[in-house]
Amino acid sequence: MAATIDRDLDQQLSSLRQQRGDMVRIEDVGEVVRSLLTTLSGEVSTADLKLYQEVEALSDYIHKAKAELAQLRPDDIQARYIASATDELDAIVGATENATNIILDTAEGLQELSSELTPEQAQRLTNATTQIFEACNFQDITGQRITKVVRALKHIEERIESLIAVFGPEMAARSSHAPGTPESAEEEVVQPTDEDLLNGPQLPEKAHDQAAIDALFDNG
Amino acid sequence: MAVDKNMNILIVDDYKTMLRIIRNLLRQLGFVNIEEATDGSMALQMLRAGNFGLIISDWNMEPMTGLQLLREVRSDPKLKSTPFIMVTAESKTENVIAAKEAGVSNYIVKPFNAETLQGKMVSVLGEF
Repeated sequence: MAATIDRDLDQQLSSLRQQRGDMVRIEDVGEVVRSLLTTLSGEVSTADLKLYQEVEALSDYIHKAKAELAQLRPDDIQARYIASATDELDAIVGATENATNIILDTAEGLQELSSELTPEQAQRLTNATTQIFEACNFQDITGQRITKVVRALKHIEERIESLIAVFGPEMAARSSHAPGTPESAEEEVVQPTDEDLLNGPQLPEKAHDQAAIDALFDNG
Repeated sequence: MAVDKNMNILIVDDYKTMLRIIRNLLRQLGFVNIEEATDGSMALQMLRAGNFGLIISDWNMEPMTGLQLLREVRSDPKLKSTPFIMVTAESKTENVIAAKEAGVSNYIVKPFNAETLQGKMVSVLGEF
């Protein structure tokens, strides 16, 4: 009997390996366990049955966890939120850098005027521009801090990528059909709420300039 | 001996805005011959080709960091006695210890002000 079971199990496992390699779906594992339990029916002790029940419960638990993870829509977090957050942070660095350079241009321009002033006035101007130069230090520090945050976000993104890879395309398929995804949103045409409309400043490459706004306004 | 305000000073930072800030502060202290490099390897080439009385360098740069630049400077017979001030946001104890062990002349933590820069320059070069 035991030899027959071993042979059947071997066949089933070989067939699975041929079909799926080393990545086996939880459903297939469950199928093997069920088939094993059926084969063993009447041949197993109470302790064995208890063990099989535990295995089955574990399988159910994994199924449930998988479904819950799919509901979190990790692919969406990765594609939409993290990508957007890093772009926004890059835009902050770019905008503050531009502003800092304009401030420095202006301070340097003021400093050049000192030769036209009395020594006392020139000293006062120098003191003021020194303070401007000192204050512009902030740009380097904020830039470095933001770079650290971007690095942390990229690390999270990589982890999510690994999670998606482990759970397979099945998770992406489930999450893409979850309510609120673009496809389902297209099906039911819903008026955007105030909250939907509040997106904050747009990234420079996506933003309309005033001329485009005027054109939209005039054509509307 | 009085500090020669005409000496060449090399400032090294991968962030161009910071180079501008330091250059302006140095000018306000009366130093006029200021050259710039954006990483350690560029700085090393300039140092070997020129004659500099002071190096003011950032730490976090690629491909050659400020610490690597410092070690190269200290191991070069022509450059080894050039005063070297590290100006960096790296403020952990181990950073300061590593820079001291590599032979840094002084250490300024960003953000800094003109008074701090002047004070450290005086401690390295003498009164000016």
